[in-house]
Amino acid sequence: MASSGFQADVKALQKHLAARHLIYQHQHNKQMSCPAMAQLLSNTLYYKRFFPYYSFNVLGGLDNEGKGCVFTYDAVGSYEKVGYSSQGSGSTLIMPFLDNQLKSPSPLLLPAQDAVTPLAEAEAIDLVKTVFASASERDIYTGDKLEIVVINADGIRREYMDLRKD
Amino acid sequence: MNFTASKQPESCLLGPESDSQRTLYPYVTVTSVVALKYKDGILMAADMGGSYGSTLRYKSVERMKPIGKHSLLGASGEISDFQEILKYLDELILYDNMWDDGNSLGPKEVHNYLTRVMYNRRNKFNPLWNSLVLGGVKKGEKYLGTVSMIGVNFEDNHVATGFGNHLARPILRQEWHENLSFEDGVKILEKCMRVLLYRDRSAVNKLQIAKITEEGVTISQPYSLKTYWEFSAFENPTQGAVGSW
Repeated sequence: MASSGFQADVKALQKHLAARHLIYQHQHNKQMSCPAMAQLLSNTLYYKRFFPYYSFNVLGGLDNEGKGCVFTYDAVGSYEKVGYSSQGSGSTLIMPFLDNQLKSPSPLLLPAQDAVTPLAEAEAIDLVKTVFASASERDIYTGDKLEIVVINADGIRREYMDLRKD
Repeated sequence: MNFTASKQPESCLLGPESDSQRTLYPYVTVTSVVALKYKDGILMAADMGGSYGSTLRYKSVERMKPIGKHSLLGASGEISDFQEILKYLDELILYDNMWDDGNSLGPKEVHNYLTRVMYNRRNKFNPLWNSLVLGGVKKGEKYLGTVSMIGVNFEDNHVATGFGNHLARPILRQEWHENLSFEDGVKILEKCMRVLLYRDRSAVNKLQIAKITEEGVTISQPYSLKTYWEFSAFENPTQGAVGSW
């Protein structure tokens, strides 16, 4: 789960979900799938509809079949399964570029086409790095370090990249 | 039937009557706290001035206090709220001791407790107007964290509150490294406090430095920093200035 916005609310929200995930594991003896967590996050956000968590989230993970999924949220819990997304102060800079590079299929198509983008892992990571390097050019709130989390069948891996070294 | 007099709910913001029930602005304030991790534990520095608006009202304010066996708390902001936090922590440590089970709350736990308190008060629109620094060592593991009045919290190798964020952290970022000796740590803190003394109008030249290690807490006697005011650039500041004002 990646969140942007008010840090105290972000921390509180992530802590809340981590606790709920632990309870789920106790009750169901398995990890939550990404779609399950997606619903939980939406409900948690809407619960505070009239005093929101100032947190703009993107949820990524694996579904029950082991395929990747990405969900994007607003601060009060509206969510959608997408092939890619960005939130936060740099999103206005990043989203158009992603649209250009990844051309998501229209949700109006029948039969419904999968929202998974056909990128290899190395290409995807490179794209993420490019995107943040570009965002940091014009968005003052984008920081000086990037953390990339890669989730696949082998597990979870983290990569870091310095930004703004110029 | 309910015969109790109607009372506005806790977080009701309507009307001046309910404003007297919550903090709107601070009255007596204290300025920056600066802290860093060093070889044996945590070093923390804070001056001793208590301001009442622009008046320097109190000159011997101690704002670093040991908490339990493993932690040291430093605070900036409203003094009365800091005193209330100390009361909360007294109760927390008391209950922890009364279990009498050989366990004790470490700095991580105390920091987490404080984060919850500050965040929940912020959510009720009745904040404790403080920025807190919580440092300590437990079982050899050093911990240094900070919480603000709105609940922003994180841990790091060096932290500062208030003006310290702007003036001290750049110095710390450049000069801090792992396994600082006690003397080097004090030197860096004094450098930070000197810059704050020159540039923070609410700073006073009377400070304490506190140390917490596995062995315990030591808070130094109050002392002053040497300052230098003879920089030639300030001797005749308007010489060479162009303009009408």
